[in-house]
Amino acid sequence: MKYAGRLAAAAIIGVFSLAACGTDDNSGDTGAPTTATSAAGSSLSGTINAAGSSAQANAMDEWKKGFQSANTGVSVNYNPAGSGAGVQSFIQGTVAFAGSDSALNDEKGEPAQADARCKTGKAINLPMVIGPVAVVYNVPGVDGLQLSPKTIGGIFNSKITKWDDPAIKADNPTATLPSTAIQAFHRSDESGTSDNFTKFLKATADWPYEPGKAWPAEAKGQGAKGSDQIAASVKSTEGAISYVELSFAENSSLQKAKVANGSGEFVELTPESAGKTVEAAQIAGTGNDLKLKIDYATSAAGAYPIVLVTYEITCEKGLSATDLPLVKSFLTYTASDAGQQSLTGLGYAPLPASLISKVRTAVEAIS
Amino acid sequence: MATSLPKTEGGPAVSRSAFRRSRGDGPFRFLSVGSGVILLAIMAAIAVFLVVKAIPALQANTSHFLTELTWNPNATKPVFGIGALAFGTVVSSFLALIISTPVAVGVALFISHYAPRRLASILGYVVDLLAAVPSVVYGLWGVTFLVPFMLGPSKFLNDYLAWIPLFGGDSVVGKSMLTASLVLAIMILPIIAAISREVFLQAPKLQEEAALALGATRWEMIRMAVLPFGRPGVITAALLGLGRAMGETIAVALIFPATFTISFRILSPNGNSIAANIANGFGEATPIGRGALIASGLVLFVITLVVNTAARLIIARRKEYARAAA
Amino acid sequence: MTVQTGIQPLSFGRRAKDQAVRALVYLAFAIAIVPLVSVLWLVVKNGLKRFDLEFLTHSMRNIGARDAGGGAYHAIIGTLEQVLLASLIAVPIGLLTAVYLVEYGNGRRLSRFISFFVDIMTGVPSIVAGLFVLAFWILVLGMPFSGFAGALSLSILMMPVVVRSTEEMLRLVPNELREASYALGVPKWRTIVKVVLPTAFTGIVTGVMLAVARVAGETAPLLLTVFFTDSINEDPFNGPQMGLPLYVFGQSSLPQDIAIDRAWTGALTLILIVMLLNLVARLISWWRSPAKRG
Repeated sequence: MKYAGRLAAAAIIGVFSLAACGTDDNSGDTGAPTTATSAAGSSLSGTINAAGSSAQANAMDEWKKGFQSANTGVSVNYNPAGSGAGVQSFIQGTVAFAGSDSALNDEKGEPAQADARCKTGKAINLPMVIGPVAVVYNVPGVDGLQLSPKTIGGIFNSKITKWDDPAIKADNPTATLPSTAIQAFHRSDESGTSDNFTKFLKATADWPYEPGKAWPAEAKGQGAKGSDQIAASVKSTEGAISYVELSFAENSSLQKAKVANGSGEFVELTPESAGKTVEAAQIAGTGNDLKLKIDYATSAAGAYPIVLVTYEITCEKGLSATDLPLVKSFLTYTASDAGQQSLTGLGYAPLPASLISKVRTAVEAIS
Repeated sequence: MATSLPKTEGGPAVSRSAFRRSRGDGPFRFLSVGSGVILLAIMAAIAVFLVVKAIPALQANTSHFLTELTWNPNATKPVFGIGALAFGTVVSSFLALIISTPVAVGVALFISHYAPRRLASILGYVVDLLAAVPSVVYGLWGVTFLVPFMLGPSKFLNDYLAWIPLFGGDSVVGKSMLTASLVLAIMILPIIAAISREVFLQAPKLQEEAALALGATRWEMIRMAVLPFGRPGVITAALLGLGRAMGETIAVALIFPATFTISFRILSPNGNSIAANIANGFGEATPIGRGALIASGLVLFVITLVVNTAARLIIARRKEYARAAA
Repeated sequence: MTVQTGIQPLSFGRRAKDQAVRALVYLAFAIAIVPLVSVLWLVVKNGLKRFDLEFLTHSMRNIGARDAGGGAYHAIIGTLEQVLLASLIAVPIGLLTAVYLVEYGNGRRLSRFISFFVDIMTGVPSIVAGLFVLAFWILVLGMPFSGFAGALSLSILMMPVVVRSTEEMLRLVPNELREASYALGVPKWRTIVKVVLPTAFTGIVTGVMLAVARVAGETAPLLLTVFFTDSINEDPFNGPQMGLPLYVFGQSSLPQDIAIDRAWTGALTLILIVMLLNLVARLISWWRSPAKRG
């Protein structure tokens, strides 16, 4: 320990020299080419802060990459702290736009508060990403499980407790089902995925509880925090079943069940089948506010009913002068073909053509 | 030195007031008092902030906040209460404390009195490593490793010791109050151990050597000279550990099954704590929901305060003892 | 009355108790090591995969969802700056408050108030500290998200630990030392600065390191105050920064394996940084402790 003082100094110097060398330039080692056309000397510069849903974190990462590569002077910071936190931050004025799994909620007075934030204009919900929700299960030996909404409701309400229950048999006449106990997992933290899933159950499966972001305690089952923990729990527990975003299901190679839509047809979850449900959705907002009303009991052919649409919530008019050009440019990119294409393979479904053109018109109108 | 000694030839004993006050005394004292006041101000501001944010939610509550078990502040008719949450916080923290303190004191004694001198410092550093692990890593380790691991021992406890109500019950899972308490115990162990170690190292050597000279065994020497001396310090350390356990957010949010029931069966899939609930609900909460979560944070303050005050009373009674004996 | 001469052999009971306690103490240490080894093993096993120079020197700017590259440089810088600033705020205030409580307090009302509130402060959940800074510093005062705001919330978490542990160490300094110093005519403040504090130095450093280790791993307060960014921001007073715990938390919530790998490597980096700080602090305290000087 004679050289204690000198050792300490060396350690401190070592750390600080590390501080001297670091870079933001990640373009050398990325395999995928950037899909945005590189604007000749894009003059945009500045920073946008945004916050919201973690379901679109992956989408945001791709969009940021494409947009920032084309506009090297801009930094987009997206904090995936949750839809509620995002909307709150937007209303408080600390972020330029919010990503939310559900549109501004009238019952809670959010549209009025958001309009107040926008001062001169109104706040609009712009659907940008479809995140389908898969029903994943872990039952060895059973492939291509089919489930009707009422069966799903019974399972998650802890009424159907074994895999060889008659209700499940009825949905799967040709499968051999074991008699293991069903372990139903749900999100222990509040989430937009739970919100959409319970809305689906309410509309189609006589779900006795109010739909919401928090899983109803009376429905029992086991909780896991975050989509990542849900995927891990299902993967490691035999007899498990749960609901999770498609990207997590694909990444953990979980088996997805086919869900029956309103016409009784069992539909497999693919980006196309999810897109069909959104196509059949009605626009509940006025003007450029594209808030959607999803029909979870849709009978459209080949439509997978459990979908989650993520909105970008921003001001049609009334953004600050610094935020305006950046937000408009960014949202133009995300709604463009290049932006939407960059999401393929990430577990999202592209917006149907009819909807995307309305979104583009709405973005154009931001001023 | 700035002062000069007053003359003492043959005079009476020098009184403190005869010293000329050094010019540094005033500013230094001011700095100390000032720091204390700043701390007080911060704390008071936090308390005020919490109360202000909590009141609208408490007013909107359609049920009794202190006894209600369910948690649904975002519903159209908010119903929420901290019954289950406070229970879970107290049980998990105290369980963690009970598990952790004896081990921590043992570790501290080991490093201060039993380990070979050369190794003591290194071993202390190794135990301090436990404190370096971030809480999210403890949560991930708990969920990926400890939860499946605890299934075996939990089943064992349930099979053979079910007559103790704690271990009874029909459903035994890995994600239980017991596992969460274990993770908390591991997280607070380094705090208690490190402070206890420093305290034991300061035990008066004269008394230790006197005891040994009189023929005491090592344990008797520790029992006579070190432990009584160190008791207030160990209690402070334990309180700091308890505070950490009660406020731990992320690690327990990952492990607790997040139910809203009161159950003494620590092996069953039940359990939630105030801090974990805040972590789970914060991202998606409406303003009423946030207010409700903040109100639950206030309750946590009250619990911390009650426990700390009780412990301080214990120390105060012993303090004259320890100081006089030192 | 017979006078016992010579050294008495140990009775069996006393020897047995002594050996039993020795065994228990060794066992306690072994028990403490087991989870440490388990956790470190998990982190090292999963974190080594991406622990390379690229990880340590690159940020996450323009890393899309499919890209395997990228690193945590922006988070490392952020954490170092935030923890340093938090320490600069919390340590002096905490230390001086402890000095007040021990040396000047004497059961006065103010000191009892302060002690009372420090007790409450030990139980503040980390997210509340973040909420508070968000509400006052960012919303009311209108300051931007910044590393400094994060440092403020971290310092709120550090202060009670520093106060309590320093207070304990100061109380352990024998009164004789203080009295000897006064008897030599040393004024009170110099006694504290030159005699009491150096004597308690190692203990104080331990307390500070415990506080630093704790806040270096806190996610929740950073989420609300530092915000989130992928790019390097070396200015802690302006604009969102990133922190390692945030980085770990964010990456671990993504589905891709490449993200999870980065999360574990981030955790490994964080542990290494705290270990390094701890080591430096220990070396400094060893170097400056009065027993070793001269």
